[in-house]
This record gives sequence, C-alpha cells and structure tokens, in this order.
Amino acid sequence: MSSASSQRAFTAQLKKIYIWYTGGFLFFLVALAILEQFGMPRQWIGYIFLLATVLLYAGIGVMSRTSDASEYYVAGRRVPAVFNGMATGADWMSAASFIGMAGTLYLQGYSGLAFIMGWTGGYVLVALFLAPYLRKFGQFTIPDFLGARYGGNTARFVGVLIAILCSFVYVVAQIYGVGLITARLTGLSFEVGVFVGLAGILVCSFLGGMKAVTWTQVAQYIILIVAYMIPVVWLSIKHTGIPIPQLVYGSVLEKVSARETELLDAKTPAGAKEAEVRKMFADRASAAEARLKGLPGSFDSEKATLQKTLDDAKAANAPSDVLASAQKALDSYPKDAAAAKAAWTKDAAVKSRAGPPLKHGEAFPAKDEKARDIARKNFLALIFCLMVGTAALPHILMRYYTTPSVKEARDSVFWSLFFIFLLYFTAPALAVLVKFDIYTLLVGSEFAKLPAWVASWSKVDPSLLSIVDVNKDGIVQLAEIAIGGDIVVLATPEIAGLPYVISGLVAAGGLAAALSTADGLLLTIANALSHDLYYKMINPNASTATRVGVSKAFLLIVALAAAYVASLKVADILFLVSAAFSLAAAGFFPALVLGIFWKRTTSIAAVLGMLAGVSITFYYMATTQPWMRGLFGVTSPIADNMWWDIAPISAGVFGVPLGFAIILIVSLITPAPKREVQELVEHVRYPNIVGDTMNTQGR
Amino acid sequence: MQLTDKHREYWSKNLRLTAVLLAIWFVVTFVVGYLARDVFSFNFFGWPFAFWMGAQGSLVIYVAIIWYYARTMNKMDQEYGVAEVEE
Repeated sequence: MSSASSQRAFTAQLKKIYIWYTGGFLFFLVALAILEQFGMPRQWIGYIFLLATVLLYAGIGVMSRTSDASEYYVAGRRVPAVFNGMATGADWMSAASFIGMAGTLYLQGYSGLAFIMGWTGGYVLVALFLAPYLRKFGQFTIPDFLGARYGGNTARFVGVLIAILCSFVYVVAQIYGVGLITARLTGLSFEVGVFVGLAGILVCSFLGGMKAVTWTQVAQYIILIVAYMIPVVWLSIKHTGIPIPQLVYGSVLEKVSARETELLDAKTPAGAKEAEVRKMFADRASAAEARLKGLPGSFDSEKATLQKTLDDAKAANAPSDVLASAQKALDSYPKDAAAAKAAWTKDAAVKSRAGPPLKHGEAFPAKDEKARDIARKNFLALIFCLMVGTAALPHILMRYYTTPSVKEARDSVFWSLFFIFLLYFTAPALAVLVKFDIYTLLVGSEFAKLPAWVASWSKVDPSLLSIVDVNKDGIVQLAEIAIGGDIVVLATPEIAGLPYVISGLVAAGGLAAALSTADGLLLTIANALSHDLYYKMINPNASTATRVGVSKAFLLIVALAAAYVASLKVADILFLVSAAFSLAAAGFFPALVLGIFWKRTTSIAAVLGMLAGVSITFYYMATTQPWMRGLFGVTSPIADNMWWDIAPISAGVFGVPLGFAIILIVSLITPAPKREVQELVEHVRYPNIVGDTMNTQGR
Repeated sequence: MQLTDKHREYWSKNLRLTAVLLAIWFVVTFVVGYLARDVFSFNFFGWPFAFWMGAQGSLVIYVAIIWYYARTMNKMDQEYGVAEVEE
C-alpha cells in the first residue's frame, strides 16, 4: 500500500474513532444528568468528572506510548490538517482563555477585546510567515531551525534559552490553574489538586511524547468546546429566544447600554441609589487615606480618643449599651501601627469601587482626551505584542512540524484558527449575556430574595463574588456587587438555571484547557533541553533510545519544578503569562522571519538581534512593573522609566522593532552567508523542487 | 539546485500575495482600532461597529485570510510544478 493511501485510511480511521468518542462523551453526560435527577450528590459528580477525564487522558497516553524519535518528537509527521488544528486549538487555549477571557471582557468591556484580536490575529502571521516554511524545513524544534539557518551552536543556544524562559513562566500559570480547578471541582486542597493534575499531564506526555499529547489534545478540545458552548447557548435562548448567541447578542448589548445609562444618571431613582453607594465608598476611602497619612501619630491619637470616650462614659456612669459600644470600638481597633496600616490600606482600596461603572461598548473610556489617547496607544500595543507573540511561541510553531506535508501545514493553520475562533467569538457574547443578567435581574432585586447561585458562590470564594447591602436599603445596587472575572464562565450554568452536571462539565472543560496547554509547554521545554542542548550540542552520538530517555527524564524534572513554583502561589501570575508573549515576540519573531525572507541575514546579526530584543523587553519590564521592580530592587520612580506611557505588559513593542533593526544593520555590515545557507533558504521556500537533493528532515 | 525563472516568479507572486493579505490584516486590526472612537462608533445591528469588529468581524476576516492563502498557494504549487508528490 502506498503511503498516500495509507494516510487516507489513517485519517478515515481517526474520524471514526473521534466520532465514537464524542458520542460516548455525550452519552456519559446524559447518564450523569439522569443520575443527578435520581439524587446523586454533587460532590460525586465532581469526583466522577475528574477521575473519568484524567483516566481518559492517561489511557490515550498508554495507548500511544513510544520510544521512536520521530514519533516522540513530531508524532510521526502524519497528523492530518483537521486533527492538528484541533490539537493546536487545545494546545493554544489555556485556562486563561477558557475561564479568564470572558471575565476580562465582562470587567473591561471594549478594552478586553485586545485579547480576543491578539490571540487570534497572530495566526495570520503564523500562516503567512512561518508554518509552511518550518514544515518544509521539518526538524524537531524551533532552535533546530535557528541552528541550521544561523550555522552553529550560538544561535541554537540563545534559542534554547528564550524557549525555556517563555515556556516555563507559561507552564507555571497552567499548573496553577489546574490546582485551582481541581480544588473547586472536588474540594481537595490546592496543593493536592496541583499534583493530581500533574499526574494527568505526565502520564500522557511521559509515555508517548508528541504522539500521545497530540491525540490527547484532540480529545481535550472536544470536551472544552462542548463545555463552553452549552451554557452560552442556553443563556442565549433564555434572553433572546435564539440559540446562536454570537449573532444576536447585539440587541442584548443595546439593552445593557440603556441600563448603564440609567444607572449612571443620578436623576433616575436607580441612578440616585447608585450614586449614594458610590459616595459612601468614596467617603470611606478618603477617611482611610487621611488616617494613613497621619501615621504613625494618628495611631496613638485615635487610640487615645477611643480610650478617653470609654473613660468618660465610665466616669459619667453612662448606660450599659453606650459603655459596651465604646468598649467594642476600642477592642476592634488595630493592635499596633503595622496592623492599622494594613487595615486602613484595605479600606482605602475601596476607592476603586467609588468610580462609575464603565460603559461596555465604549472604546477607550477615560476622563480626558490625553488619557483616552494613552488608553488607545496601549490597546493597540497590547494587540501587537499578543499577535507577534502568538507567532513566536515555540509550543505552537512546533505543532506544524507534525503534519504530513507543506500543503497540510497551510491547511492546518486554517483549521487551528477555525477551532480557536469557535471559542473566541463566543466569549464576547457570553460576557454581554451575563452582564445583562446581572444588570437587569440582580441589580434592583431584594436582598431577601437573592438567587441561590449568589449565596453558593460567595461562600466558595468571596473574592469571586460578594454582595453587601452598603446603604442598608434592602435592594441590590450595582455598586454593591464586587465580582471577580473568573465567575463569569464558572457560574454561567447556574445563572442560566442548568443542572449541576453542566457546572461539573465546565470545570472539566477548564481542566482540559489547562492540561492540554501544560502538556505542549512541558514537551517544548524538555525537547529544548534533551534534543537541542544534550543531543545537538553535548552528545551528538547518542542513540535514539538514549535521546528519548533523556527527554523523558527532563520532562519529569521540569514538571516537578513547575509544580513546585506553582504551589508557592507566586503573585502576579497573569502578568507573567502576558510577559511570555512579549519575550517570545522580541526573541524569536525577527530572527525567524528574516531567516526565511531575507537570504542576506547573517548569523552574528541574528544572535545579536535576538539578544537585544529580549534584553530591552526584559529591561523595560524590570523597571516599570511593580513585582519585577521588587525582584530586582529598582527604586527610581516608575514614571521616569516609562517610554511613551506604554504599560510593561506590552514591552514587546520596543523589543520587536529593535530586533529587526539590529538584524538588518548588522547583516549589511557583515559578510553574506555561505552558499549552503542561501541554498537552505531556497530549499524551505518551495514545497518541492525537482532536482533539489537537500534533505533537512529530522530523524 | 538551480532555480529557474518560473521558480522566481512563484516566489515573487507569493510575496505579493503575502503583502496584500498582511495589509488587510493591518487595516482590520490597527486602523479600525485606532479610529474606533472617532469614526467607527456608529450603530451596527446593535453593536458599536468597532466593538463588533473587535469581537466578531476581524476574527472572521482572519480566518478568511488564512483560508484564502492556503487555497491560493496550494493551487500555485500545482501550477508552478513545485507541489509535493504524493508518494
């Protein structure tokens, strides 16, 4: 049988397997829903979901176990375009996409769209500039390409460093997400959750490398897309009567906007109440600020005042309730100046709730023209960084090595974005639908009649949802609701009035998103260490078995290290994820693209360009981002270090152009690359040339 | 390996296609984004137009760009005789 027809048979069989799998999964859901009706406890549903999905992923891992290098590194290069698209979708969509993004849109309105556009538009760059050429080159890793194109180990080594830097911060965030979701699904502790999730990741990638990860990711994509769609469609039917939320939520957005206008207008009854609550927050914050300013003197003087009130009351033989309240005021006063500072700082922070809510559909809301301009600049800069970063993250680019041909690599980018698009263009609809529910059904309702999901979620985690009757009128005001972004996705099934089994499904979907991304990232790091560092630079004579063995060992070490860092609950994990995009963009994009599109690009130029791009990006973050400044002991005022008011999250807007500029200039003043290198460039540009004897395929 | 004129034509056609598609990508993303407030805030079936573009429209166009590129290039491979032979 020829390889083309065997590939066709393989694709047909894959289709059959995954259709059966999807059917089985839906059957599993229905069965659980029926059991729930018969009174199966919620805790059990959580455990069954966790156990069933992790066992499924482990099962695929066991079935796909391999020690063949090509199977282990690139899944034997026979993943059909559609399936590679699904796998890339799962690889790409992390816990942040699945759980966080709709929440960001809920909280930020238009500004949140930077993530929607940035994380999809980047695939245009992948399709036009990278995927087909990398597939033609056809080795195992991104540093492989740098090593071959820029002749030698320096470029390869710099590539390894950048790949590890951006993938590691990213994988830590995924494992953190795994811990959170597992804890929420089952009630286990966060640390146990991290290690249960880790077991699910490892058994799969450890046994079968890219091959197992690919087939698991396809299975995970199916779970996560089903889990995302069911609640949104249901909510859409509830509010519009039409089951296609993406097409019809415009009318809901109009209603939300009208409601926003009403709540913002202090002349309407509801608006007046809102203004009243916001004023109470503002007063509380400014009182706390005044006390903070008076420290440390204010601590003693206020304590003395309270003591004096109590003493006076005692001396005057005041009634017992006056005495008791004076005693209580003194007792609840902070113990020392440090405690007072902490308590008052917390109080001062309610200032953020004293401002009016933003209007969902308004672009760049700000108080004046200048602030609007800064908002716009940062919006566009963030999109740029996320897009270029998408086209430079090694765990994504690596996936296009696994298709059978250049043609399928091109098709595969289309399928990748198509499958990602399904979720991304639904998220803005979800955010608006949930906002409508909260603005019209919750706001204005009575505290005595709050829906059940409000009570259950504020009990789970008050940072996700807390509603307090600040002005004691018994009615919920918008300003009285403090909401965390993650709840938008997690609580939608309950808001929509769906059974608990769907809540379990959504958590399982989030878990699938986090696990699949973690799989891809761990593999990238382990491959960079074992293939590029060990095999290509240290021991080129290593046997295939040794190479795969070393890779598995690294996989274990990196996974444990990432789990350890995640269990420390490092602050600002979200910043680190976005930082990974800026760093990858500045480090890889110019060197990769110029390496393909400009034959004149020289080795030394590429190395300098990569280093300069990453360095300036890192430097900008280190001097302007609060957590990084603390890490590196930077004390000069942030304002002095800012360039054109660009936020540290978008530091890549400096790194990418600098990388391009350095590579262009240095290439022009150094001797042109050798003939063989120029031939390599020609080789990757054409899918197939008659008489081209060069073969760069990795073995 | 010797490149023929036909090969060079294939490559320059590819570059032209890439440039045009990149320009569309740029306009959809950055030009619409830059003018979101001043020009594109009109009502579009309930959405402010710039909001709709950011949330739905641009995504559809990105998918279409990639689909068109893959289709055109796969055809061009055949036309210029640089397609991979199915073994």
